[in-house]
Formats: sequence, C-alpha cells, structure tokens
Amino acid sequence: MATGGLGIDPMHQFKITPIIPIHIGNIDASFTNSSLWMVIAIGLITLFTTASMSGRALVPGRMQSLAEMSYEFVANMVRDNVGMEGMRYFPLVFTIFMFVLFANLLGLVPGSFTVTSHIIITFALAFMIFLGVTVIGFIHHGLGFLKFFVPAGIPVVLVPLLVVIEVISYLTRPISLSVRLFANMLAGHTMLKVFAGFVVMMGVFGILPLLFMVALTGLELLVAFLQAYVFAILTCIYLSDAIHMH
Amino acid sequence: MDAEAAKLIGAGLASIALAGAGVGIGHIFGNYLNGALRNPAAAQGQFGNLLLGFALAEATGLFGMVMAFVILFVF
Repeated sequence: MATGGLGIDPMHQFKITPIIPIHIGNIDASFTNSSLWMVIAIGLITLFTTASMSGRALVPGRMQSLAEMSYEFVANMVRDNVGMEGMRYFPLVFTIFMFVLFANLLGLVPGSFTVTSHIIITFALAFMIFLGVTVIGFIHHGLGFLKFFVPAGIPVVLVPLLVVIEVISYLTRPISLSVRLFANMLAGHTMLKVFAGFVVMMGVFGILPLLFMVALTGLELLVAFLQAYVFAILTCIYLSDAIHMH
Repeated sequence: MDAEAAKLIGAGLASIALAGAGVGIGHIFGNYLNGALRNPAAAQGQFGNLLLGFALAEATGLFGMVMAFVILFVF
C-alpha cells in the first residue's frame, strides 16, 4: 500500500531491517538498523559530553561551551519546574533529553533511520518514566501519594467521579507522552518524503516543491528540538507532581 | 459498502482532528502576541510556555493522524 507514482513509497524509510540476526529461542533479538542508530546516538552523546569537556578550560572553546549550554539548559529546566530537590533526578532528565534530541536530529540525516519514529521505542521510554515517577512518588510520600488522586476542596459527592477521572488521566500519561513524540516524527518524515516524491514527479517544475522542502527541513529541525524539549519538560512536570503532589 | 471504501472514508474522517489542532495553535500564538504586545517586557519569559503549548496543541492533531494511519495500515 501507499506506493505512489514511479514507485515512491514514503513509508519505506521506517522499515526495520536486521543487520546481525540473533535468535534466542523464539525471540527475535536481531541487531537491526534501529539498534545501530541508537548505538550511534549514544556514542555521539558520550563523545560530545566527554571529549568536549576533556580540556576543562576556564574560558570554554566552541565545543565545550556547547556542552555547558546543554547542561545549563536542562539544569534550568529542572530547577524551574521541580525545584532544587529535583536536581537529584537531573541525570535522568539530561539523559532522556540528549537521547531524544540526538535520535531526532540524526533522523534528519538523509538515508538514516529515525529511532523515535517507532512507537515501541518512545513508548518504552515513556513507560519507564511513568513507572519511575510513580515509584519516586511512593518513596517520597509513602501511601500518602494516593491522595494525589483526590483533588482538594471539592464536594464529597463528586469525589468518586473525580478520583476515577484523575486515575484515568494519570494512566494515559505514558500513552500521550509517547504518541506525541512518535506521531510528530512519523508525520514530519512522511511529509518530507511525500514532497520529495513531488520533486521527481513534476520534472522541471519540481524546483517549487524542492524550495518548499528546504523550508520544511528547517521546520523539521525545529520540531526535532522542540519535541525533545517537550519530552524532557513533561518528565520534569511529572517528577514535580510526584515530589510536591500538585 | 465495500470495506476498502469504508476504510478510506474513516481515515478521511480521522483527519478532521486537524481542524482542532489548527484552532488550538492559532489560539496559542494569537494570545501570545496579544499579551506580548501589551507587555513586551514579560514576553521573553513566556517563550518556553509558548513552545510547550504549541507542541501540546499540535499533538492532538497528530493523534488524529495516527488514528488515520491505524485505520489504513493496521486493519
């Protein structure tokens, strides 16, 4: 399905192909192109944060100030949204932000694979955040964390109804968090490929969609950063909910 | 009705979600400009919230798009 004229398939870029097939029993644990790009993302982040800081210059150079900027950016985000007691969880938020950002940005390289355009990867990330934040909430407040689901200052008659709504809205957090990132990446990359198809199909007049694609790639660059930011800031908001209870 | 035709109609209907996303994004940027022109000094501090609101509003439209994709490719 979705094979347009000239055999252009905008969905082909999302295909997962095994590079090193590994089968354990009935489980397919192959090293795929998805795994490869995740390893590349992690490797680049490690290189970026360690190599650029290895100089430890008092007056930072280009790479070092870039690393310091990304550190300060996330640290400010955590301080503003969770407060100083949230800085304990700064490494978690920083890791998540950098991983999503690098995965999104690497996906924009032509011919590469967008790791975050697969729901299973974003859902795994979001579900781990959800589990971790719930555990943190119970550690901080004990069973008192359950009061989180009972809004203060409402008539007793409405309590059962509102508790149900609160619990449902709490449980949909991992779904909305993961689908937001996945859908943005999927939509953006499909749109880019559809317009790339127009360039080929329209012949000489393909210059028009080509110019439009330059602008669209710029927009995708913004979206790649924005979605990493939103993913990290929502993690902060959930953390803040767990630590401060509203 | 043919099942294939019903699928295509359903995917089209799911795209209506984009209308809501359009209204939401317009609302956020319009209100931000409104507030920014009244009090330009406070505008910079709210830029993060603007982007957050934009991303949240845009996501609702994309949920509709995911529904369209699920109808087209999963069933």
